[in-house]
Amino acid sequence: MTRSILVFYAHPRPSRSVANRRLKRVAEGLSGVTVVDLYAEYPTHHIETRREQARVEAVDVVIFQHPVYWFSAPSLIKEWIDRVVTYGWALGEREALKGKIYLHAVTTAASHGVFAREVTGRAALRAQFHSFEAMAGLCGMRYLPPFSLFREGGEESRAQRLDLHAAAYARFLRDLRDEKLVLAQPYRQQMVTA
Amino acid sequence: MEVLAYILPYLVGAVILVPIANRIGLGSVLGYLIAGVALGPALGLVTEGDVDLQHLSEFGVVMMLFLIGLELRPKELWRMRAQLVGLGGLQVFGTMALIVAGVWMMHGSFRVGLTLGMVLALSSTAIVLQTLQERNLERREGGRAAFAVLLFQDIAVIPMLALLPLLSQNHQDEDESFEVAEGSGHGADAVHHATNLLDGLPAWAQAIGILGVIAGIILAGRFLAYPVFRFVASGRSSEVFTAAALALVIGTSMLMTLVGLSPALGAFLAGVVLSGSEYRHQLESDIEPFKGLLLGIFFVTVGAGVDFGLLLSEPVLILGAAFLVIAVKAVVLVALALASRMPPRDAWLFALALPQGGEFGFVLLALAVTTGALTTDIAQLTTLVIALTMFLTPILFTLFVKVVEPRLNHGAVVKQEADTIEHEGAVIIAGIGRFGQVVNRLLRSDGIETVVLDEDTRQIDTLRRFGVRAYYGDATRMTLLEAAGIARSKVFVAALKDTGRQVRMIEDVRRRWPHVHVIARATDRTSAYRLSAAGAQTVVREMLAGSIEAGREVLEALGTHPYRAEGIARAFRQHDDETFDTLRELWTEDFLDDPDYVNRTRERSQDLSDILRSDFSQAPESDDWALQAAERFDRDEDDTGDAKKPQAAE
Repeated sequence: MTRSILVFYAHPRPSRSVANRRLKRVAEGLSGVTVVDLYAEYPTHHIETRREQARVEAVDVVIFQHPVYWFSAPSLIKEWIDRVVTYGWALGEREALKGKIYLHAVTTAASHGVFAREVTGRAALRAQFHSFEAMAGLCGMRYLPPFSLFREGGEESRAQRLDLHAAAYARFLRDLRDEKLVLAQPYRQQMVTA
Repeated sequence: MEVLAYILPYLVGAVILVPIANRIGLGSVLGYLIAGVALGPALGLVTEGDVDLQHLSEFGVVMMLFLIGLELRPKELWRMRAQLVGLGGLQVFGTMALIVAGVWMMHGSFRVGLTLGMVLALSSTAIVLQTLQERNLERREGGRAAFAVLLFQDIAVIPMLALLPLLSQNHQDEDESFEVAEGSGHGADAVHHATNLLDGLPAWAQAIGILGVIAGIILAGRFLAYPVFRFVASGRSSEVFTAAALALVIGTSMLMTLVGLSPALGAFLAGVVLSGSEYRHQLESDIEPFKGLLLGIFFVTVGAGVDFGLLLSEPVLILGAAFLVIAVKAVVLVALALASRMPPRDAWLFALALPQGGEFGFVLLALAVTTGALTTDIAQLTTLVIALTMFLTPILFTLFVKVVEPRLNHGAVVKQEADTIEHEGAVIIAGIGRFGQVVNRLLRSDGIETVVLDEDTRQIDTLRRFGVRAYYGDATRMTLLEAAGIARSKVFVAALKDTGRQVRMIEDVRRRWPHVHVIARATDRTSAYRLSAAGAQTVVREMLAGSIEAGREVLEALGTHPYRAEGIARAFRQHDDETFDTLRELWTEDFLDDPDYVNRTRERSQDLSDILRSDFSQAPESDDWALQAAERFDRDEDDTGDAKKPQAAE
């Protein structure tokens, strides 16, 4: 059995992207993974609810891939959620999202120190994405913490880290697809040791 | 020329007195009546020829019923049937019963009682409907009920006319028949003789003839009117269409008269049959001025017909009789209103609207005299009484509007608001080319009611197949817009192709209906400036949105990301709208020769390039200010260490 994966890529300024563009290419190169460029499909922010619902119903995993904007997702993702995850479809009469896996794959323009001084960056990011987690939980989805790339170090080490992260992202998506990922464990550690 | 000479004093009298009556809130009907009194009894300007004029002017009633028919779809008429038969029947028979009983007791004659009962049970369609429309009361429940009763009365006239000869003392059945739109007691010569083709035939043949004519009108309206009007309209000559409309109304009423039916009823029938047609509004706008003029003259003749000599000789008797008639009729009306549980306001309106005698009463009186059912004395007296009650009607309406309604309004405020919203007019779209069509489709997809006007018969035909309320007509004519109901509309879409016609139409609309928001289709910037100068509140350049869309598509085809292309298109649009406003003051008919205009245009396009360069830069993200901010943040952290952490976190 394999899982079908849908990646919603949301970058308001894709031509200026460095890391996200690379990661998008990684996802596009995998079979069983569909990538949708949300800002290209909805440049006017007018989301077609039924079309998106049908898309999501057809897959097992929903990933939002995007840069972190002001400690959250770019606005189009929020708009997408508001329009698509509706009462009667996700909740109430139907529970169309139940059992699906949901996560954010993000890049940040700043080190995780910006995201939290007191705690480690990853946990802090998860806390900041709390509203998405709550939404996913309420709809019966299996929420995974953000798969994140923080900007650390100098120019050279950043390029190296991006290479590593891209490889990790590909492995992560493959394992998710092939059901090789043990979801009960923190997956970041699984991959670092793999 | 003679007829014109008769008409002149009427027109002058009306021109002077009607505006005055309107200004002091009495309404135009009372204005006409007063003009009549001034001309007739006061100045003695009425001559023998005026009897002919009155016959002519009674045709206004026919036209009015045609117009009412046009406004009333067969479905609505069917929905009214309970009111029509219930209220109408009870009003006529109830009033007749009271009058018959009263006259029988006082005068001792059942025959005279029945005749007078029939004469006085009728109300004045002309005065009541005109006043209801003028005061915007016709859509109220009370107004609708009054209309139902009037319609029933118009139908009831037919059997009454048939019954009258049977009531004559010596049953002298004469060969001559009658014309329904008939004289009002100006003397014996008021009775004209129309030919009734069905006279002398057995009753069953007459019935077949009558049914045949009615069926003929319905079938002709359904199947013949359409190709005929289409043919006439294709000529694009508006006066020919007017001629056709007049011919239709006159022809129908002649046909009805030929078989002994009420011409007004025939016209009404023709109107109902044509109410679903796309020529409805053009017909309305063509007939309306004739109707208004003829009805006005008719009211003047009623005023002129008040015989003051007779009134002064027996003032107590006649005034008393007039008030008695009003009282008796009002009692019946109030009883009906209460029985049908109308709200108080509507009950008052209903009761105050209908207690007068009517123009058909004059007709019945004239016939009653010729057939010997009444003596001339009684007929003259009754004529005067009817005229007086008609005279009092607009005063009763004024009473309703000024006294009754304000007092009843306290509790009914909420309901009144709901009423006005319910009857809010449709959006009118003038011109249904590609532009108007899209506007129309968009509005209708949101459930908004629209009325579409155009001169292209084929286009109108197509749209009607899709259920659009589309009508043939020249929208630059204000009468057509009026007929389409612009007075109740909030928004008017001016979507004609020709800017010159657009400008004229918009100026007229803004002048006559200042509350209407005009959205105009402009071909280019110049036309847009002209249209907004003409008064259009919103001007839409028809090519702008499409061209920007095409530009955006080019960017995308060149590889620009759709979101960036969309952003550039929007920024362009925004900037162009600003430029449009900036250049408005500099714009003149020959703007290309104006160096200021040209310079400003150049400045603006340079400005746009600057904006696009800074807002939609494609430089890589490492330039991003957010990144720099983050770097600074990181540096601070490295430099300061643990001690300053809380501070830095702020």
